[in-house]
Amino acid sequence: MMVDVQKMEQLADNLAAQDEVQGRSLFADARRRFLKNKAALVSLIILIGVLAFSTFGHLIAAWSNEEIDWGVLGQIAELGAPSIENGHYFGADELGRDLFARVVQGTQISLMVGVIGALIAVVVGTLYGAIAGYTGGKVDNVMMRIVDILQSIPYMFVLILLLVVFGRSIFMLFVGIGLISWLDMSRIARGQTLTLKNKEFVEAAIATGVKPITIILRHIVPNLLGVVVVYATLLVPQMILTESFISFLGLGVQEPNTSWGALIAEGAGTMQYGTLWQLAFPMFFFIITLFSFFFIGDGLRDALDPKDR
Amino acid sequence: MLSYILRRVAIAIPTLLLLIVISFLLMHAAPGGPFTSERPLPPAVLANIEAKYGLNNPIYVQIINYIGGIITEFDFGPSFKYKDRSVNDIIANGFPVTLTYGFLSFAVAVLVGGALGIAAALKQNSWLDYFAVGVSIGAQVLPNFVMAPILVLTFTLWLGWLPGGGWNDGQWNHLILPVIALSTSYMASVARLTRSSMLEVLHTNFIRTAMAKGLPYRVIIFKHALKPALLPVMSYLGPAFVSMITGSVIIDMYFSTGGIGQFYVNSALNRDYAVMMGITILVGGLTILFNLIVDILYAWVDPKIRY
Repeated sequence: MMVDVQKMEQLADNLAAQDEVQGRSLFADARRRFLKNKAALVSLIILIGVLAFSTFGHLIAAWSNEEIDWGVLGQIAELGAPSIENGHYFGADELGRDLFARVVQGTQISLMVGVIGALIAVVVGTLYGAIAGYTGGKVDNVMMRIVDILQSIPYMFVLILLLVVFGRSIFMLFVGIGLISWLDMSRIARGQTLTLKNKEFVEAAIATGVKPITIILRHIVPNLLGVVVVYATLLVPQMILTESFISFLGLGVQEPNTSWGALIAEGAGTMQYGTLWQLAFPMFFFIITLFSFFFIGDGLRDALDPKDR
Repeated sequence: MLSYILRRVAIAIPTLLLLIVISFLLMHAAPGGPFTSERPLPPAVLANIEAKYGLNNPIYVQIINYIGGIITEFDFGPSFKYKDRSVNDIIANGFPVTLTYGFLSFAVAVLVGGALGIAAALKQNSWLDYFAVGVSIGAQVLPNFVMAPILVLTFTLWLGWLPGGGWNDGQWNHLILPVIALSTSYMASVARLTRSSMLEVLHTNFIRTAMAKGLPYRVIIFKHALKPALLPVMSYLGPAFVSMITGSVIIDMYFSTGGIGQFYVNSALNRDYAVMMGITILVGGLTILFNLIVDILYAWVDPKIRY
């Protein structure tokens, strides 16, 4: 049989010249899967848009959120409709304030509450769950019973009680939301820790005499991150929902601050006068943001956890 | 089984006591007593009033008295704002209303959501399936406080078909909008849960065996697939119940139905701690009781649960 010497040599050269095959890391794999998910990708773009709106919106706004437009006050239904000419891009509210500036402000506060609430949940919940799961035995039992007990309390009522007793402020809202947000996260973290703690690398760490707290922080927690990130993304909309719920009742953020819930409540209260824009714009931002977070969360879950299909 | 029930009850009771103590301490920590007003009362009068309501006792005595009153006489004490009404009167007024539309919403969420989920799973990738999935994704971002204004806008302001509020002794047309507003997002969750668990069950070996041996489709679905498929849905009923009770606050406020939620928010705005506390404890007790029932039912239905 004739061997094409030239071709063989070329092949050998190619092989020798070729670098080591590039390994695919978990992260690269996940990113590839996430980018293939159209819904998640579009959601990410929308979310970046909403973020940009909340950060740079006040630069475009013709009015500040506190100024009162005396020209439209009292005739909001006739003169306060959204228009480019008088600078009220989203219209005016019933006090003559610019709704565009108010929505920018409400978006900032709602997003902030969502992100900080989820952050508290991530830090407290992950550590709590990891410690409970890793320690095991009686400690685990007691720690998880506490979570059980806290979870069976109708927290919205307790949260409102807290806000009334200690005064309504954004700080108190954070404390109240932070108190309850970590419960689910701690369960998830504990479940993951239980499967991790019998792995060889943990055994190796124990054998070399590493302290338990160091094992938890250096070996367990980093391995929880995938799951934690997914649930954190799904927690942000939950926190936004909670805050909006309370603000809708008028018990959350107080004037002059505002949030989506408060703006929706205002819009719902005035819609019979025909000023529908007051309801439509806050609700639009609320809905697209929640949608985006849910789709991104789903996308991340599919991307980071390929088993779960 | 009995020891399992006893163990669950043993957790439920301290939970309820903890809830009472926490809300009591919170109330006690509040700045300004219930009788501080702009016009300060003479100290002697204040002392008399405090003695009447037992506020001069040490706090642990107050807590014990309060708990004792609830247990022995189901007495939540007087309202601090309405001198002629006790917390019990307020609860007796509002609770039947909340219970009526709450129960209806719960039934709608479970029955419609369950039926939709099962139908979607049986006809996977049909228009019905896409419809169910679409509804359940869409309803995720339509919580009750978003649904309520949209419904009122559509059916009251534009179409003029249904009243946008009021209770009117529970007349049917006053019930429709509150029930839809309250149940939509939970119906969606139930539908999504049922669909995915039904799909999972339909792909198991024992269903394939049943198909292979030629059992009628109806028998396979109702006798073999339905029970395991509904187990995850059952465990969602507890959280759904809590959310419904919480959601009733929005419904009461928005539709002015006169349920306990309305009293709750009004007393929150008036700082009427006694009413807030009474309602919190009532709702907490109901939640704990409901969770207990669901857990016991679950253990009874699911053979995999060890007692």
